[in-house]
Amino acid sequence: MADGVVLLDSLCSMFGMRARIALAEKGIEYEYKEENLEDKSALLLEMNPVHKKIPVLIHNGKPVCESLIIVQYIDEVWKDNNSPSLLPSDPYQKAQARFWADFVDKKVYDAGKRLWTTKGDEIETAKKDFIKALKLMEAELGEKPYFGGENFGFVDVALITFSSWFYTYETCGNFSVEEHCPKLMEWVKRCMEKESVSKSLADPKKLYDSILFFKKKHGFE
Amino acid sequence: MAEVKLFGVWDSPFSKRVELALKLKGVKYEYIEEDLKNKSPLLLNYNPVHKKVPVLLHNGKPISESLIILEYIDDTWQQGPPILPKDPYLRSKARFWAKFVDDKCIPAMWKACWQKGEEGEKAMEEANDALEFLENEIKGKRFFGGDDSIGLVDIAADVIACRNGIIAELMGVQFLRKDKFPNLCKWADEYCNCSFVKENQPPNQKLIHHYKALIQASTSSKSTK
Repeated sequence: MADGVVLLDSLCSMFGMRARIALAEKGIEYEYKEENLEDKSALLLEMNPVHKKIPVLIHNGKPVCESLIIVQYIDEVWKDNNSPSLLPSDPYQKAQARFWADFVDKKVYDAGKRLWTTKGDEIETAKKDFIKALKLMEAELGEKPYFGGENFGFVDVALITFSSWFYTYETCGNFSVEEHCPKLMEWVKRCMEKESVSKSLADPKKLYDSILFFKKKHGFE
Repeated sequence: MAEVKLFGVWDSPFSKRVELALKLKGVKYEYIEEDLKNKSPLLLNYNPVHKKVPVLLHNGKPISESLIILEYIDDTWQQGPPILPKDPYLRSKARFWAKFVDDKCIPAMWKACWQKGEEGEKAMEEANDALEFLENEIKGKRFFGGDDSIGLVDIAADVIACRNGIIAELMGVQFLRKDKFPNLCKWADEYCNCSFVKENQPPNQKLIHHYKALIQASTSSKSTK
C-alpha cells in the first residue's frame, strides 16, 4: 500500500465526513476503514498516538491527523486534481476561510455536542448558542452560493458535514434549523446536489438512531 | 496610516506570537495596546466575532486568531525565514503540533497554575502528559521547525519556553523539569537564547510585578468568598 491512501474514519463523524468530501472532490481513490471507537484498532493507536481519534489520513504510510489539517493537506498535495482549490490562493481570503472553519470547530461543534449530551436548562443554553453560531455563519454566507464564493470551498467542507447532525440536534433541542436559518438550509440543499457531499454524509435519521443507541448504552438519558 | 497594525496586549502569549512572526519577517508595524477591561471600538469592529486580541490589520483588513495570523504573515511576506515548511506533509505536522500546544498544553498549564487542590493536581497531570508528547517530538531536533529554523510550533510554544522561569519562581510550578523533559529544556534554552526572541520579550520586571499582582488578586478573592 506504499502509494495508497487510507482513511481511518467512523461513519457518523462530522470530522471524518470532511476528509471524505475532500478526497471525493479531488477524485482520489482510497481505502476506507471504519473504526469501532469503543475498540480502537492497533493501526489507529499507532497512527494517532497523541489523540487516538479519527479521522486519520494515511498517505504513503504517513499519518495526517485533525480533519481541517487533513483537508488542507489534501488540497495542497492534489492541488491540480479534478476541481478548483478548496482554499483560496489570496492570503487574506485564505485567512478568512481558516477563521470561519475554526469558528465551526469552536462554536458550532461545542454547542451541538451539548445539545445531545445534556438535559434540562443546559439544552436550552446549548440551543441558544447553537442558533447564534449558525446565524453568524448564515450572515457570513450572505448572498453567495457557497462560503467559497462561486465555488464550493474550505468553509463549505467544514460546515456541511454538520447538516447530517441537524436532525439529531433538532430532535434533542426541540427546534428547527430551517425556521431560524432558512438561507443556510438553502445552502445545505445546494451542497447536497454535489455528489462529493451526498455520498460522504451519513443519513441523518440513521445517525440519530445510532446516537439514541449510544445514549441508552451509556446511560445518558 | 501604517500599512500593518497589531492590536495586542503586552503580556498575552498570543499577541507575542504575532509580534515575533512580524519581527522574524522584518515587517514594520504599528503596535496598539488594548485594555481588555475596556476594549476599543476599533478592536470590537475588527474582531466582532470573538472580540479578542491579537488582531492584525493589513491594508485596512483584519485577521484574527494567532495561528491563522502566523500563516497569513508567512503567506504574505516572502522575505525572512519561512514560518511553515514547503512540503505538505511537514506543513501538516507543524499545524498539528501548533494546535496541540493551543488545545492541550496551554489550557492545562494555565489551570495547573491557577487552580488549587484536586483540580490543580489533575491539570498538572494533564500538563505533564501534554509536555511528554512535545518532549518526544523535539527529540533529535534543535527547533520544532528543524535544525536551522524556528517555525510555527516554536513560536506557538514561546510562552512555554520563556515564562517557565518566572512561573516556577513566583508560583512554585515547575513545568520544564530537566529530569522529566531534558529535550524540551534544551530546546527552551536554545529558543530563548535566539536574539530575536530575547529582544522581543516583555520586560522581566514588568512581568514579575504583573504576576505578583495577579497572584495577590487571586488569593484575596478566594479569601473573601
